[in-house]
Amino acid sequence: MTSRIHRRGLTGLAGLAVLALAVSACGGSSGGSTKGAAGGTSASPQAGCEDYAVYGNLKGKTVTVYTGIVTPEDQLLKDTWAPFEKCTGVTIKGEFDKSFEAQILVRAKAGNLPDIGIIPQPGLLKTLVATGKAVPADAATSTEVDANFAPSWKDLGSADGKFYAPPQNASMKSLVWYSPKEFAAKGYKVPTTLDELKTLSDTIAATGKKPWCAGIGSGEATGWPVTDWMEDWMLRLWGPDEYDKWVNHSIAFNSSEPTAALDAVGQYLKNSKYVNGGLGDVKSIASTTFQDGGLPILKGNCSFHRQASFYAANWPKGTTVSPTGDIFAFYLPGKLATDKPVLGGGEFMLGFRDAPEVHAFQQFVASATWANLAEQGGGGRCVTPNKNADPAKAANCSDIDKLAISVLQDPKAVFRFDGSDAMPAAVGSNSFWKQATNWITGQSTKDTVNKIEASWPK
Amino acid sequence: MSTAHKFLTMFEAIGLFIAVVGVILAIASRFSGRRGDRVVAAAFLLPTVALISVGLVYPGLKTIYQSFYNAAGNAFIGIDNYRTIFGDPDQRTVLRNTVLWVVITPFVATAVGLLYAILVDKARVEALAKALIFLPMAISFVGAGIIWKFVYEFRPDQQGIKQTGLLNEILVKLGGSPHQFLINSPWNTVFLIIVMIWIQAGFAMTVLSASIKAIPEDIVEAARLDGVRAWGMFRYVTVPSIRPALIVVLTTIGIGTLKVFDIVRTMTGGQFDTSVVANEFYSQSFRSNNQGLGAALAVLLFVLVVPIVAYNVRQLRSSEGR
Repeated sequence: MTSRIHRRGLTGLAGLAVLALAVSACGGSSGGSTKGAAGGTSASPQAGCEDYAVYGNLKGKTVTVYTGIVTPEDQLLKDTWAPFEKCTGVTIKGEFDKSFEAQILVRAKAGNLPDIGIIPQPGLLKTLVATGKAVPADAATSTEVDANFAPSWKDLGSADGKFYAPPQNASMKSLVWYSPKEFAAKGYKVPTTLDELKTLSDTIAATGKKPWCAGIGSGEATGWPVTDWMEDWMLRLWGPDEYDKWVNHSIAFNSSEPTAALDAVGQYLKNSKYVNGGLGDVKSIASTTFQDGGLPILKGNCSFHRQASFYAANWPKGTTVSPTGDIFAFYLPGKLATDKPVLGGGEFMLGFRDAPEVHAFQQFVASATWANLAEQGGGGRCVTPNKNADPAKAANCSDIDKLAISVLQDPKAVFRFDGSDAMPAAVGSNSFWKQATNWITGQSTKDTVNKIEASWPK
Repeated sequence: MSTAHKFLTMFEAIGLFIAVVGVILAIASRFSGRRGDRVVAAAFLLPTVALISVGLVYPGLKTIYQSFYNAAGNAFIGIDNYRTIFGDPDQRTVLRNTVLWVVITPFVATAVGLLYAILVDKARVEALAKALIFLPMAISFVGAGIIWKFVYEFRPDQQGIKQTGLLNEILVKLGGSPHQFLINSPWNTVFLIIVMIWIQAGFAMTVLSASIKAIPEDIVEAARLDGVRAWGMFRYVTVPSIRPALIVVLTTIGIGTLKVFDIVRTMTGGQFDTSVVANEFYSQSFRSNNQGLGAALAVLLFVLVVPIVAYNVRQLRSSEGR
């Protein structure tokens, strides 16, 4: 215990702290195995453990990890931890629970927190930091994140000006699904700017085909896909800074920029020449479930469907999802071909215990070593925004995941988190969905943004 | 939690329940005589009163208290939440829908049930006919919502697209064009109400049929001798004789309708201007994190239900008193 207090008092002077710990009489039991100090002396280097020497000897220590990631991905995650456990001697105890997002807050109130929680939302991260129970990341983890991730990722893992949580996996939402076979047959080219996308849509519409299909039905969450559309256009038309202002409500929801963004989306979703291929008129977008929204592409009834990478799981069995197959996706282009705004989601490793083994584990997940392990595992843990990950390791990943990896790890990529998740619940998971749905069924853009603005909690 | 562990917990709970009842019975059996009766009554009532206070009265009072607080529940805002309910256009739509539900459902369901009960009364296939209309009662609201969602399902009127919804298939077969039943307000609320009527008509039919059968034969015969025709029989004999049953059926369905939540949530999620008070209460409390407004909506629901319950209880008492 003394060593922990010791540490906390000296966090400002990281180098000195390491020295102090190495000198202090704590021995090897609790504080002695700090990364820097133990790095050189770590005994019995096993084969293949060279990359793990930096984390030191953590034998006998346990780190508990709580997450909403469940079967079958829990096993993929455990597999990425195995080499770390083997080489450092630490035990990582995972707890995989579907109701994580609600439970973590309950556990924070009850004082029954894990060592690390894998947080899928920046809003939740801020809430948890506000409880005062979260522990900022140490200097080594911070350095690791600086080296491996675009700055926007570090910002997302920070709160109140302090860096807390390194990113783990990511997902990508800025995708448009299409049929490579149709493109090859008709000689269409994948658009590289928003204008090209519009021109191609017009070209297809001129043939009498409705180019776009969409569905926003999702029970009480009906409307959420429209919020993704609006976020994508907000990011493209006005850039990341205006996007952040919009999400943080430094500009009003009904000010000119968001209004223009929604109108730009309306040129697609409320354009009766463009929608809703194979599904009906504009209003049918509201009555079609989001799962069914893109399926008409397969039957040739529409050409484009904008939806996140997870939509890959929605295609019927036997559909080949590849750059030359029945179905694939292209990156929803920016205003210019050189812009690379990306809308997506991600997970963050938030620590709740100030201990060397917890910090070491955070640092490990932020490293390229971990990202490579995740890519090697294939499946749902493939995509990481770690730009130093080795693309060659992604051979097991699906083609869509490879596309997501290439966009997310692009040095020019400007990543922004799903904005509606970061807005207050009254907006982000209620009025935004509801008014977006009403907008599809006929409400004007002006009324829509006004009503959402009015619902923003004062 | 493993299955074995769950069963163990269940048996522990059952054991605990038996033990508590045993203790109460043991205490009660120690007293006898006039004063003893009171002790026995108190012993039996006490656990109930205690549980009702903890499980109903306390949360009820707390909800009323919360309804005067803001979204986070940390600042007193007076009657602002109630002002929102009656002032905000979206909330007013919720109230309008609730009124539609409460006005239409009990009367139509009861009328359908009553008509059906009279029509099949003493018919040859009475048992089968009754079973048919009673069947929906056995289906949960959520199940009924899903079934009717398929009935209302919409597919566009385009080449190569087949209708999958029953109603739209009929419409198309008859030469019409498919209709978006669940999207166009306010008719979509009416289409949701039909689901509730479909469920509740069976209940109305069963209760009313039983009380029609209980009308004394001599009254019916006397009326017939007086030359009363079918309509007169219905108007002056049947309805007055089953009046208490009619009121119980109307009020019971009315209370159930006020609290309707499952059908709306399953079929539209409260979208397209179909939300009702109970559904809005849920959305505000658990989706918008607006505890105050959620509590105010719950209180409103409580205030609306109370008079119907009171009337229902009084009717029940007066019919028992006879």
